[in-house]
Amino acid sequence: MNSKKGMIVAGSIVGILAALLVKLGNPGNMGVCVACFIRDTAGSLGLHSVEKLYFIRPEIIGFILGAFIIAKATGEFHATSGSSPFTRFVLGIFVMIGALVFLGCPLRMVLRLAGGDLNAILGILGFASGIIVGAQFLKKGFTLGKSYTQNTNGGYLFPLLGLGLLALLVLKPSFIGLNGKHAPIMYSLGAGLLIGVIAQRSRLCMVGGIRDVYLIKDFTLLTGFIAILVSAFVLNNVFGLFKLGFVGQPAAHTDGLWNFLGMFLAGYGSILLGGCPLRQTILAAQGNMDSGITFLGLLVGAGIAHNFKLTASGAGVPVNGQIAVIVGIIFLTFIATTHSKRLKA
Amino acid sequence: MEIVDTRGRSCPEPVLMTKHALSEFDTFKVLIDENVAKENILRLLNKMNCSVDLTEDGEEFSLIVKK
Repeated sequence: MNSKKGMIVAGSIVGILAALLVKLGNPGNMGVCVACFIRDTAGSLGLHSVEKLYFIRPEIIGFILGAFIIAKATGEFHATSGSSPFTRFVLGIFVMIGALVFLGCPLRMVLRLAGGDLNAILGILGFASGIIVGAQFLKKGFTLGKSYTQNTNGGYLFPLLGLGLLALLVLKPSFIGLNGKHAPIMYSLGAGLLIGVIAQRSRLCMVGGIRDVYLIKDFTLLTGFIAILVSAFVLNNVFGLFKLGFVGQPAAHTDGLWNFLGMFLAGYGSILLGGCPLRQTILAAQGNMDSGITFLGLLVGAGIAHNFKLTASGAGVPVNGQIAVIVGIIFLTFIATTHSKRLKA
Repeated sequence: MEIVDTRGRSCPEPVLMTKHALSEFDTFKVLIDENVAKENILRLLNKMNCSVDLTEDGEEFSLIVKK
């Protein structure tokens, strides 16, 4: 399914499901947002204390289990790790900070545009710029090192984490907070499972789309990106969810500079990691334990972002968040510079 | 023959290593251990009109590439 036609089908289904989930009760333009959903899950688990953002998102559980099941069925489950796991953990933290300064992962960035939120254009420009800067280092031989085959059982830990989250969501123990605005759980879980399967088979990746066009003139992954935009745009109009403009958009702010720089940081970090937060989640589910560590970095990053008051709100980006983004860009450049060497054949 | 060992490298390094090898050698061998990397590399080589001889050995692949 790794062809352009396959990507169009995959992207269209993701876009349709995203619009449907908003119609069914998810927050505005947030049918699917890997960063927001990991943040809400972090809140539920007690990693931050913004009570309205407490929810173990069934979509995330679905991504993990859907990708795991299909990877097992197609023989693509393979336990690996050893490619700078701690560095990836820290990169994951900064990708999350960037995403929460913009207010959305790369996938939600596209969905925001599909809902008429023009602030997303600044985000897309920042995201693409971050990818192009990161790509310069890839051209110079940037690498986080090789990964190696590991004990298969280690690869099962991440899907088990998904099952554990599902158990917490169903059993609702008193130490778990569940307050966030959400679509009915069965619909969210079902959509998540389907997206998990589709994303695993199609290799859908938001950062990969722009990266492949820039580095190898390949438009396959970008086609998925565009299919999501078009399908969600059409369905948003059908449902009356489309609202064009900069002001008064759901879970968004109008500070263009920080929309740009937040997504610059997220794009830059994602290309160094080899994929966007969605792709990291899918890879982790198919046995890539380095991506599993990245997922934990995103989770902890969400906790840090809220506890240190770094996250944006409708009012804009606090100074703490602005400082964190600049520190993040400097840190990423340090990692990129120190991990680059000439490509050897 | 030159060998490009992409095993254990994360996306998009395998493709970039192959692209780099194309600029240096007329014939080389690429070692791959991932389906995604294999698909991406084959797409690149197809686009560059290279002749490719693929052998599969369990979970690993090797390609003999001729420009």
